[in-house]
Amino acid sequence: MNNQKQQEQQKKYANYVKNITPTHSLPLNMAKAFLTGGLICVLGQIITNFAKAQGLDQDMAGTWCSVTLVLISVLLTGFNIYPKIGKFGGAGSLVPITGFANSVAAPAIEYKAEGQVFGIGCKIFTIAGPVILYGIMSSWAAGVIYYLLKIMGVIS
Amino acid sequence: MDYFNAFWVGGLICALVQILLDKTKLMPGRVMVLLVCTGSILGAVGIYQPLIDFAGAGASVPLLGFGNTLWKGLKEAIDTDGFIGLFTGGFTACAAGVSAALIFSYLASWVFKPKMKE
Repeated sequence: MNNQKQQEQQKKYANYVKNITPTHSLPLNMAKAFLTGGLICVLGQIITNFAKAQGLDQDMAGTWCSVTLVLISVLLTGFNIYPKIGKFGGAGSLVPITGFANSVAAPAIEYKAEGQVFGIGCKIFTIAGPVILYGIMSSWAAGVIYYLLKIMGVIS
Repeated sequence: MDYFNAFWVGGLICALVQILLDKTKLMPGRVMVLLVCTGSILGAVGIYQPLIDFAGAGASVPLLGFGNTLWKGLKEAIDTDGFIGLFTGGFTACAAGVSAALIFSYLASWVFKPKMKE
């Protein structure tokens, strides 16, 4: 009798959890990410093409593209617009370099009150730190292999 | 045409990462780290540059492209300077993006006030 009551309660609880957990459909999220990420990349292409039209080479145009996108993203973060894009676009706002810039700007603004050094100075690297560290480490590791293969004459 | 390729390749990368986000509950920071590392490895094995040649900003704007840039800078530095290039190439390559993010963000911290979360 008691056991049965307990089971019923558990079932009720499971239903309750299921009810209040927000459901999201993966295909819909993917479509939103596709749209958002795609548009940001198109914006990047527009900037790159514009820079190339000014006579810059591919590499320099790409650099201009990165810097401009970073600036746009920091401004949108400051005006609190980027979080809204993120809410809609999910990975679409996270994956492009604008997502990286957002993750640098957001804590810098947020932790201003905690001071120049331990507030902004530390928190600005919350996401950027790991990204830079592991980016440098992984490319360095690949570079070591490349260097060894090169001095052994395996690749020229 | 380059806009079309940038759109669908960039969009596709984001849609694939969305699967990762939804299925694994990985934190955004971890996903970014994963993307940059993957990008530098894909660059090192020679897969990523052809993708950039095809899709332009569609491949270079996602953080995978940031990883590829790190690798490219490292390779160039090794080719010209040898061993010491292992320690100069990476930061040289990512200088513009990282500096821009830090400088603009710092300036933004002066201009903007923290917002309440909605």
